[in-house]
Amino acid sequence: MRELRIHGRGGQGSVTAAELIAVAAFEGGMFAQAFPAFGVERRGAPVQAFVRFDNQKIRLRSQIYEPDYIIVQDSTLIRDVNVFQGLKEGGIAIINTEKALTYPFPKGVKVITIDATSIALKTLGVPITNTTLMGAFAAASGEIKLDALEDAVRRRFKGDLAEKNIAAAKEAYRFVKEAS
Amino acid sequence: MLEIMEGSHAVAQSVGLCRPEVIAAYPITPQTHIVEALAEMVADCTIDAEYITVESEFSALSACLGASAAGSRVYSATTSQGLALMFEVCFNCAGMRLPVVMSIVNRALGAPLSIWNDHQDSISLRDSGWMQLYAEDNQEAIDLHYIAYRAAEDHRVLLPSFVCFDGFILSHTYEPVDMLSQEQVDSYLPPFKPYHRLDAADPISFGLFASPDYYMEFRYAIDQAMNQARNVLPEAGRVFSEMFGRDYSGMVEEYRLDDADCAIVAMGSICGTAKDAIDEMRDAGKKVGLLKIRAFRPFPVKEVQKALAGVSTVAVLDKNISLGSKGAVALEIRDALYGSQIPVLDYIIALGGRDVRKKDIAAVVDGAEAGKGDIYYGLREEVLK
Repeated sequence: MRELRIHGRGGQGSVTAAELIAVAAFEGGMFAQAFPAFGVERRGAPVQAFVRFDNQKIRLRSQIYEPDYIIVQDSTLIRDVNVFQGLKEGGIAIINTEKALTYPFPKGVKVITIDATSIALKTLGVPITNTTLMGAFAAASGEIKLDALEDAVRRRFKGDLAEKNIAAAKEAYRFVKEAS
Repeated sequence: MLEIMEGSHAVAQSVGLCRPEVIAAYPITPQTHIVEALAEMVADCTIDAEYITVESEFSALSACLGASAAGSRVYSATTSQGLALMFEVCFNCAGMRLPVVMSIVNRALGAPLSIWNDHQDSISLRDSGWMQLYAEDNQEAIDLHYIAYRAAEDHRVLLPSFVCFDGFILSHTYEPVDMLSQEQVDSYLPPFKPYHRLDAADPISFGLFASPDYYMEFRYAIDQAMNQARNVLPEAGRVFSEMFGRDYSGMVEEYRLDDADCAIVAMGSICGTAKDAIDEMRDAGKKVGLLKIRAFRPFPVKEVQKALAGVSTVAVLDKNISLGSKGAVALEIRDALYGSQIPVLDYIIALGGRDVRKKDIAAVVDGAEAGKGDIYYGLREEVLK
């Protein structure tokens, strides 16, 4: 079983990202489970959402404490929340940031930084980075395929909005593939 | 065929397949996406039901009561404080022998205010005369609705039923489920045939005054109906298993219990985590198993006695507390095992949404084997100071 923890702020679509990643993983033939950590749902407040992937039925219901992957939608969260807590050795951290980060990252993890906000602003016109980071996650983890991700996005969003989100995800996918 | 969706939406679809004729709900926190999705289905004419929005949970269940007495298949869903507000109507539904089916998306009761999961809400209606079924995962939450309608409407039973599943932990989780077709559900669940119903052409009354000469006999009759449900529920589960392959023929489910020394007893989604923890403990050489309680009302005394006959210790995980006494499940297990020498230790756990990990299940088992139980598991001493 592999586990993903998404850190974001209320309004950034972390829960939607978890759901769509689970849908894409399931369409790719895996068992998947997505759920949010419920707190006080306010815009800007730190939130978490979780995804599990396995090749058999998933029974475990606890939150995720030792993820294989983390996605950080907003690098300013790193000041307030220990987003790296429990991240496994060899794990992957995908962090949205506009500038180079000077934080001491934990040893033995692969950190991928991407300016998802600029990609989202350019393709969607709004700084909502969840679908962009899903593209980065697909490229970095291999847990979901890009075409399954596209299908999942098209199921959730209609018409032009879906296509814009897919364009953002594809750009992030290419960025991560080329950077690695 | 498996498809992936949120628990609340999966339950809403399965309820729609049961062809409810009247749905009543009060759409305020605490509520879930279930009634929202059903409202959309009614508006889109994908199901043919009367959808009544009311001004409170008391009215929601009252509307269901009236519609059921008029001979309709009815549905509602609620949670925590909403169920508390239905308290009086719950007793009336059972007393009038109306087979209402209601989803209880389990959440804690205030005060202090909590939006998170435990079983205190449905457990507090333990004595109301409703059957209570608890689901481990979203597949079971879906399937138990079909079974609940079939058993509730059976003329040997005619009692209302809760289908309980854990708030957020299941209701807001996306996972794969197998949704039956309309034809399949129709073949399992025939239209509701009321035993009595309100009919202007042939007037009768429901819920009348009963003097001391009659009241006890009414209560006895409800209890007898619960006893009938002990046969009808497994029968409904067995027919379901034969038709669709998923086995709900037991009011309890045993997991790796055959040669177990220590048995964990639990209800709801915590059973999934417990199964994973048990597999790890088994790999480490510990003989541990799980008895999952699927039906809490009627309580499956004989099944529990049979399943736990060979174990040396029982650890009960109670996501509720009967304040001033013990957890409600532990009390039932002790009663069922009365006269045996098997120690039954109670662990009040996961109240108000506190997360439970595999290591917590392992710690409970270690405690039970050392004879240390009847505790609140995981209390934060620093908060109590």
